[in-house]
Amino acid sequence: MSTTASTPPGALEQFGFESKDDFLAQSAAVWNPDKVRFWQEVGTDLVLGRREGYLLYDTSGKRLIDLHLNGGTYNLGHRNPELIEALEWAMRLVDIGNHHFPALARTALANALLATCTGNLTKVVYAAGGGEANDIAIKSARYATKRKKIVSIFRAFHGTTGLSVAATDQRFSERFLADRPEEFVNVPFNDVGAMEEALRGDDVAGVIIETIPATYGFPMPDPGYLAAVKRLCERRGAMFIADEVQTGLMRTGEMWAIHGYGVDPDILVTAKGIGGGIYPIACTLLSERTGAWLDEDGWGHVSSGGGSELGCVVALKVLEITQRPAVRAMVHAAGALFREGLKRIQCLNSDWLIGIRQNGLVVGLEFDHPRGAQLVMRRLYENGVWAIFSTLDPSVLQFKPGLLLDPPMCEDILDRLAVSVAASRRDVR
Amino acid sequence: MSEDRIALQEDPLARARMMLQSAEWAARDLRRLGSEQVDRIVQAVAVAAHSAAGRYAEWAVRETSFGVVEHKRTKNEIASLGIAEHYANADFVSPRVDEERRIVEIPRPAGVVFALTPSTNPISTLYFKVVLTLMTRNAIVLSPHPAARECCVAAARELAQAAEAAGAPRDAVQVVEDPSIPLVEALMADIRTRVILATGGTGVVRAAHRSGNPAIGVGPGNAPVVVDATADAAAAARDLVDSKAFDNSLLCSSESVLIAEEPIAEKLTAALRQSGAHLCTPQERDQLRAFLFPDGHLNTAAVGKGAPWVAREAGLRVAARTRTLLAPIDLVVDEEPLASEKMCPVLGFNTQRDLGAAIRAARGVLRIAGAGHSAAIHTSDPHHAIAFAQAVDVLRVVVNAPNSTGVAGFDTHLAPTMTVGTGFAGRSSLGANLGPEHLVNWSRLAYTKDRSVPFPDYARLRPWERQPQSAGGDWPGRSDRGELSGDHGEVSAALREQIRRLVMEELRDLVEVG
Repeated sequence: MSTTASTPPGALEQFGFESKDDFLAQSAAVWNPDKVRFWQEVGTDLVLGRREGYLLYDTSGKRLIDLHLNGGTYNLGHRNPELIEALEWAMRLVDIGNHHFPALARTALANALLATCTGNLTKVVYAAGGGEANDIAIKSARYATKRKKIVSIFRAFHGTTGLSVAATDQRFSERFLADRPEEFVNVPFNDVGAMEEALRGDDVAGVIIETIPATYGFPMPDPGYLAAVKRLCERRGAMFIADEVQTGLMRTGEMWAIHGYGVDPDILVTAKGIGGGIYPIACTLLSERTGAWLDEDGWGHVSSGGGSELGCVVALKVLEITQRPAVRAMVHAAGALFREGLKRIQCLNSDWLIGIRQNGLVVGLEFDHPRGAQLVMRRLYENGVWAIFSTLDPSVLQFKPGLLLDPPMCEDILDRLAVSVAASRRDVR
Repeated sequence: MSEDRIALQEDPLARARMMLQSAEWAARDLRRLGSEQVDRIVQAVAVAAHSAAGRYAEWAVRETSFGVVEHKRTKNEIASLGIAEHYANADFVSPRVDEERRIVEIPRPAGVVFALTPSTNPISTLYFKVVLTLMTRNAIVLSPHPAARECCVAAARELAQAAEAAGAPRDAVQVVEDPSIPLVEALMADIRTRVILATGGTGVVRAAHRSGNPAIGVGPGNAPVVVDATADAAAAARDLVDSKAFDNSLLCSSESVLIAEEPIAEKLTAALRQSGAHLCTPQERDQLRAFLFPDGHLNTAAVGKGAPWVAREAGLRVAARTRTLLAPIDLVVDEEPLASEKMCPVLGFNTQRDLGAAIRAARGVLRIAGAGHSAAIHTSDPHHAIAFAQAVDVLRVVVNAPNSTGVAGFDTHLAPTMTVGTGFAGRSSLGANLGPEHLVNWSRLAYTKDRSVPFPDYARLRPWERQPQSAGGDWPGRSDRGELSGDHGEVSAALREQIRRLVMEELRDLVEVG
């Protein structure tokens, strides 16, 4: 590892900014004042420059190990050379394509995706991002059941587009008058009784659920919970929509986390990591029943950017890499290493790091303070690690190591975490 | 005539290749020497080197501006007579007979050794490699680091003369006078180079491994040293400061980061001060970091300089008697340059709550650099020492002694060396301290396990004293061999020597054909 690799000087200047301060001021003016202000306030004045593998570099040269990965977008690392090569190859042949016509890459990707599912999924619809893909999932469930109601869990995040935002926590919908409480119902996670109650009226089109709710801080599903929800769906004629945007693509050591819980969903949604952080693409996998509208009206959902052929080529490569036996083995090995190391750190800070939620490389660290994860995040940032708190539960730190980490980097991360957890504990106590 | 020569510019590469060719001839002659002759040559070269140890120590410091004359002298002495004495009873020349296993082993020198020597330990490494090479009847072509070129060229010539005067063939020891990267790469890849001894930076070592020829190149050191709660703080402090001060930390085994277990940290700090260490304040530490690593890379101006000089240049006020600077660091990570090799008497200083955490920090140091090299621990508990040794990815762990000189075998019983094998973890084929045994192969005569087939008495047989009986009668051009064989008292010593050489040659030819 090199200590000095960083963004070449002048990156700011090349975009016409005089300095970092100038750039931040302009960002606040024309882009997103609240975000710019927020990160300044919490002491994370990060302006991303060069990035490579699991390392990010601030424009000032500060190096950070990325444990945020934007919810798995960078599962395979930043600018993974194999993905760059695939995209470069694709760019010499094709562009995003024409959604009206069948496309080689799109059908090939559909075949590859469906081959990862042992269940009843037979069709793939493409989107440009996860929100749109969840919109497709909700529309398909409604189409199949001829019902409108959608059940999701409290504090869920499924996107911020038309329908998915309504299934997301109100924090994202109320401001825009986009919440639809009469059609979108929330129940607590891990509460089978509440789910049963919500489905009792036989008017629910679908239950949409992240296998391990990310934005809520990765609470682990209780044993049998997801299977019970699936059984309830079957009994009440509702579709089970597995939002695998953050938990899929081998993060739990299974291609799709939901399969690890013994559930075959009626709809499965993947986004973020499927584009390898190189070309955004999202996919909704449908069953014969939920995808029957594709037989009736092929223009039922139209997306010029959805299923870009460039993105399909990248996604094919992502699937190929992710399914290598070595990747599964490494995820299990790294998961075990982190399990042991996290336990050790917890032993030394048992009144502060009060919970470790882990399934493979999906990890949430719970701290004994309503905003505990923000404090830890800040200390980690000082110590060269970028990990983010859970938006909808800032006591929990999202700790998301990449799939291709090597053992020295894992140990390095644990060392930094140990120091940061102890320091944040002192900040509070 | 001289004008003609100027017009016909010399090709340095062709000239250097010619050195390998000439070395090949020398190696051919060396292989015919017996153990007494080899001992004589080694002894003569070692004595010559030893008696010039001080002179070249002074020259090396003057030329490179690195290190301490007195310490370099010590290293030169150990690397010459010290090595010769250490291996005085070892025999890399005579066959070995194992009657039980019915195997006879005949030493087979590598031939031409191409050796790179560093700027940090120029003369001691050169001495060391020449002595090892001659001890094993190899010829050597030395390529010194350009920063230490003059002293190395002079020393190599002096040793070459001593070797020749003691009976070594001409050109057994040669030196490349104007080394350049393309030249060195060409020589490393040359078919006549039988093995490369690469000591130096990572670049040169990797180039040696890439060359396609067998290479013994070793990785860098970045030694962590743990002082646990059971240690003798005063003794540990003395060792640490002595070790850091030794040749201004130029040995690759010089301690890089000190990790103290919390309960002893205060006592150790006091003892370190007592021994001549200066504990930097956080501000001084930042100044030191800025001076030593101005753009993330080690400031070469500081290499091999003394603690007061480094302190002054970094803007620190320290006592004149200061022998090492302690730089407190909170986190042992890649971005902390003070946790990497500093090559001057500056020691990173980290405190950990318990031994487990200290060991993890030591692993952190070795993740930055130095895998396979060395680490040290000061402890009175053997359980701690073994746990530490098990956990850190190095091939030698020095216990309760200075790491720099301990690893080099100066004050431990490790094989004295100037080249520390870093093994698989350190991307080297060599895991041990480099010694003569690494420059010789053995040809094995193996008899059947069936004991009804007799295994003759090889015990007193010396290949250079006996001739093989040729079934074909006369050997071409050797019709007089019958008269000369055996114990003819009237044959003059010189003639006898000549005969031995002829016989050796024949033997060699036989073995080589086989």
